[in-house]
Amino acid sequence: MSKLWALKKSIWVFHLCTGSCNNCDIEILDCLTPKFDLERFGIVLVGSIRHADVILVTGAVTRKCLPRMKLTWEQMPQPKLVVAIGSCALSTGIFSPGYNIVGPVDKHIPVHAYVPGCPPKPEAIIDGVVKLLGSLK
Amino acid sequence: MSQVLYSMAAFVVFPGFLFTAAVGLLVAWVDRKITARLQWRVGPPWYQNFVDFFKLLGKETIIPRGASRISFLIAPIIGLIGVTLVSLILWQVNLNPHQSFLGDLIVILYLSILPSLAIVMGGSASANPLGALGASREMKMILADELPFIVAIFTPVVSIGSIKLDSILLYQSNYGMMFTHHLSSIIALVVAFFCLQAKMTLVPFDAPEAEQEIMAGPYIEYSGPPLAIFKLTRAMALFALPVFLITIFLGGFQFQGLGILWSVVKYLVILVLIILVKNTNPRLRIDQALRFFWLRMFPLSLVGFVLALVGL
Repeated sequence: MSKLWALKKSIWVFHLCTGSCNNCDIEILDCLTPKFDLERFGIVLVGSIRHADVILVTGAVTRKCLPRMKLTWEQMPQPKLVVAIGSCALSTGIFSPGYNIVGPVDKHIPVHAYVPGCPPKPEAIIDGVVKLLGSLK
Repeated sequence: MSQVLYSMAAFVVFPGFLFTAAVGLLVAWVDRKITARLQWRVGPPWYQNFVDFFKLLGKETIIPRGASRISFLIAPIIGLIGVTLVSLILWQVNLNPHQSFLGDLIVILYLSILPSLAIVMGGSASANPLGALGASREMKMILADELPFIVAIFTPVVSIGSIKLDSILLYQSNYGMMFTHHLSSIIALVVAFFCLQAKMTLVPFDAPEAEQEIMAGPYIEYSGPPLAIFKLTRAMALFALPVFLITIFLGGFQFQGLGILWSVVKYLVILVLIILVKNTNPRLRIDQALRFFWLRMFPLSLVGFVLALVGL
């Protein structure tokens, strides 16, 4: 119980791009700027997957990225959560007819929260993370 | 028997592990909060570092394939013991000068290298190229900052003529702070301040764990409890090492009446200076850091040492 409380108060996120157009990635970084300041809630961007609690996946998964995405997910310590961000991660979006697209993300790894939008606003990303934390038991 | 129990209690509870850990995590919050305010952010709540610590304790510990299992797991504990002992000795001497022993200054100098050595050990044991890179940079950082740091710390020792911490404290309580009437100690204080920044691998000397280029360096493969211990060690060092500086140069800690307030003010001034330097400087490359310490700080500390020898 106390473990869950601590997890909810201190979320370290890792940012993984699986072939997005970089728009969602910029919106994720927007969340960490002074205007939105996610560190208020203990959310910190970390550089190593071993430190992360939540992995933020953007982009329709390309063939080249798929093994890397799976490897990244496997290297993450338990308990681990996945948030798919942007239309591409949810449904491969406008890239769906592409010859090298093998997505969406939840076809390959379990996804716990979906944040739609092209790109989603920072408010939407924060809302998604808050709803994810609310659903934890 | 009761002596043994008393020593154990001093090591584990006060002023050893629990006290240093609690204050250290609080001080690390001050660091994060001031950093946030400098960047026009709100910053985390005061209990953030405690929550981070307990969360990491509940995470899975992954030992990478090819890693040296024992040294990988024992490295964080070595660092933690080192910084706990530094804090223990410093507070014992500050609380009760009779507990000072011959050469405690040298013991503290040795023990304060242990956290850095633990980082080198853990980084090399993690079987990760970025970890090894971070470990080698950390090793170079030790080589860079130890030399001027030791010369700077021994400058007041030469001025006073005693190597025991209690005589340094006694001298300062009789004649006022070290740097108010010794030119050599002002120079030594400046040098030791920059060396402290490098010992805690804070910006501008954080090349060993540069997050943007080598992803936390030696910590890259650590997860769960070992990472929690490393984070705790860093927080405790942020508390213990400035106390060392205050004991040597700024008259130590007083525990009567307004003296407590004055001691806290002294500590906070050093802490805020460290945080300001951290937030207003870019990261130096490792060769620039080495050049800074060997070609700028080391001659400066030698000048201070010579001034102390001639009695200034």
